Amino acid sequence: MAVATATADTTAAARQRPRRTPSPYPTWFYLPAAVIYAVLFLYPTVASLFFSLTRWTLFDATFIGLENFAQFFREPFLIQGLVNTLIYGSVTSGLKVVLGLLLAILLTAPIIGRGYLRAVVFFPVLVSTVGVGITFTVMMHPTQGMINEALALIGIKGPGWLTDPRFALLSVALVDVWKGVGLATVIYIAGIASIPRDYYEASTIDGANGVQNFWNITLPLVRPATVTVVILSLIGGLRSFDLIWAMTRGGPGFTSDVIASVIYKQYQAGFYGLSTAGNVVLFVLVGIIIVPLAWWLNRGEVEQ
Amino acid sequence: MMGRAQRIWIGGSAIVASIGVFLIPFAFIVLTALKDRRESALREFSLPTTGFHLWDNLVEVIQTRDYMLLTAFINSTILTVAGVALLVVFGAMVGFVVQRRPSVWTPFVNFFVLAGLIIPPAVVPTIWVLQGLGLFKTLHGMVLIEVAYGLAFTVLLFKAFVATIPRELDEAAIMDGAGPLRVFFQIILPLLRPVVITVIVVQSVAIFNDFTNPLYYLPGKHNVTVQLTLYNFQSQFSTSYNLLFTNILLITIPPLIMFLFFNRQIVAGMTAGAVKG
Repeated sequence: MAVATATADTTAAARQRPRRTPSPYPTWFYLPAAVIYAVLFLYPTVASLFFSLTRWTLFDATFIGLENFAQFFREPFLIQGLVNTLIYGSVTSGLKVVLGLLLAILLTAPIIGRGYLRAVVFFPVLVSTVGVGITFTVMMHPTQGMINEALALIGIKGPGWLTDPRFALLSVALVDVWKGVGLATVIYIAGIASIPRDYYEASTIDGANGVQNFWNITLPLVRPATVTVVILSLIGGLRSFDLIWAMTRGGPGFTSDVIASVIYKQYQAGFYGLSTAGNVVLFVLVGIIIVPLAWWLNRGEVEQ
Repeated sequence: MMGRAQRIWIGGSAIVASIGVFLIPFAFIVLTALKDRRESALREFSLPTTGFHLWDNLVEVIQTRDYMLLTAFINSTILTVAGVALLVVFGAMVGFVVQRRPSVWTPFVNFFVLAGLIIPPAVVPTIWVLQGLGLFKTLHGMVLIEVAYGLAFTVLLFKAFVATIPRELDEAAIMDGAGPLRVFFQIILPLLRPVVITVIVVQSVAIFNDFTNPLYYLPGKHNVTVQLTLYNFQSQFSTSYNLLFTNILLITIPPLIMFLFFNRQIVAGMTAGAVKG
C-alpha cells in the first residue's frame, strides 16, 4: 500500500516538475540493454520473417514467396522433424512434471540423507549438455554399453537405445529428463515449502491419509510451481538442440531430427532461406503452444 | 508424520536409487578418464586394470591440436566473465528503472522480457547482422550475443528484487544531491548484492555450458570454446574414450566448483519468480 502511494506521489510530482530537472530514474538507463537486445535479438527475429520468404545466400536474397514453407511441409523428413519436436517437448515436459513433483515430495519429507539427495538430483542441471550426451551415448551402446549389460544381468535384452529408429528420440528425451528433472524438483520444493503446514495438520486430524492430502492439498496448492515447470520445460524441450545433436545428430536416418536440428542441417548445407523458414516455423510453434497455455494456466490461478 | 524407522527406510532406499541413477554416470566418466585407450574402448564400468592413466590422458588431451583446450578455456573464461559483467550492469539498470518509474516504456520492457524468454533466436539472420557489424566469428560479437540472450531472465530477476528495496533509500540519496548514476551505483547496486550473486552464478554456468550459440556464431579453430572442444574431439577421439572423457571431466570441474560454493544462490535464482507464496 505504502509503495503504491509513493508511486502515485512521484508520478504526480514528475508531471508538475519542470522538464529540465532530470528524473532520478532516467530512461537512458534502458539504452545499453535496449541497443544490444534490439540489434542482436529483435532485429534478426523481425528480419527472419522476410528472409524466410527468400532464397538467400547472405549476400543477396531472391523473393520466392512461401516456397520455403511449402517445402517444409512437403518433405517427409522435415514433417518428421516437426512431429518429433512435439513428441520431444511433451514427453520431456510431462516426465519432468511427474517425476519432479514426486521427487520434491520425497525430498521435503523428513528422511535421512535429504541434503545429499537434493544435491545429487540437482547437480546434472549444471553439467555440460554435450558432456552428458556423450557419456550416455557410450553407456547406451547396444551391445557393450553399461545399461544393456546391466539389464542383461537380470535377464532383459536391452534395445538399441540410440540405433533403433523406434527408440532413438525417446532415449534422448529420457536423458534430457535425467539432466533436467533437478530443476523441476527444486521449483516444486520451493512450491511445497510455501504451503502452510496447518493445512496438513487440520486434514490429518480430520482423518485424511497421505494420499488424500496429496490430491486435496499438495497438488492444487503447488499449481504455480506446476505452471512454471510446464512452461519452462516446454520452452526448453521444443527448442532443444544440443543434446540431440550430441547424441544422434538426428539419426538413425531422420528419426530423431527436431526442428532445431533441421535448422542447423539446412544452415550447414547453405540453404539459408530454408533454415530461416525453419526458425520461423519453430517460433510460431513455440508461440502458439506457450502463449495460450500460459494464459490458460495463469487464468485458472486468478480464479482460485 | 513419519516414524523413525520409516525415515531411515525411505531415505536409505532413495540413497541407493540415487547412486544407481545419478552417481554411476559420473563415476563412469571418472573411471573412463583413468584408463588407457585400449581399455577405455571396452566401455566397461570397472576400475582400470593397467594402472592409472589420468595424468597421461590429461597431458595428451591438452596437447591435442596445438593446445586447443587451453585456447578454449581462455576463450570461455573471457566470454563468461565479460558476458556476465555486462549482464549484471545493464540488466540491473533496466530492472531498477522499470520497477521504480512506471512510464510508457514499462509495458514494452515487460513484453520484450517475455519475448526474450520465449522466442527462439533466428540464427541465420543473426549471423547476417553480425557480419554486417564485423562481429561474426569474434569473441566480442559472441559476448554481445550472450548478453542479448541472457538479458530477459536477468531483468526479470533484478526487477523482482528492486521491488524489495525501500524507495526511501534512493529518495534520501536524491535529497542529498546524488545524481542518477550515483544513486544507482553507490546506493542501489550494493543493495542488490544477493541477486547479483545469483545472476553471476546462474548466467556464468549458462554461458560456460553454452554449446549451440558458439557453434553458430563463433566458428573457427582459434575461437573454440570448451563445449566445442568436446564436439570437435567427439569425431577425432571416436575410439579414444579415455581422452574424450578426460575432457568431459575437465569441463565439468568449473560448474562443480560453482555448485559447491553457491548451491543456495543457484537454486534461489532458478526458482525465483517461479513460486508466489
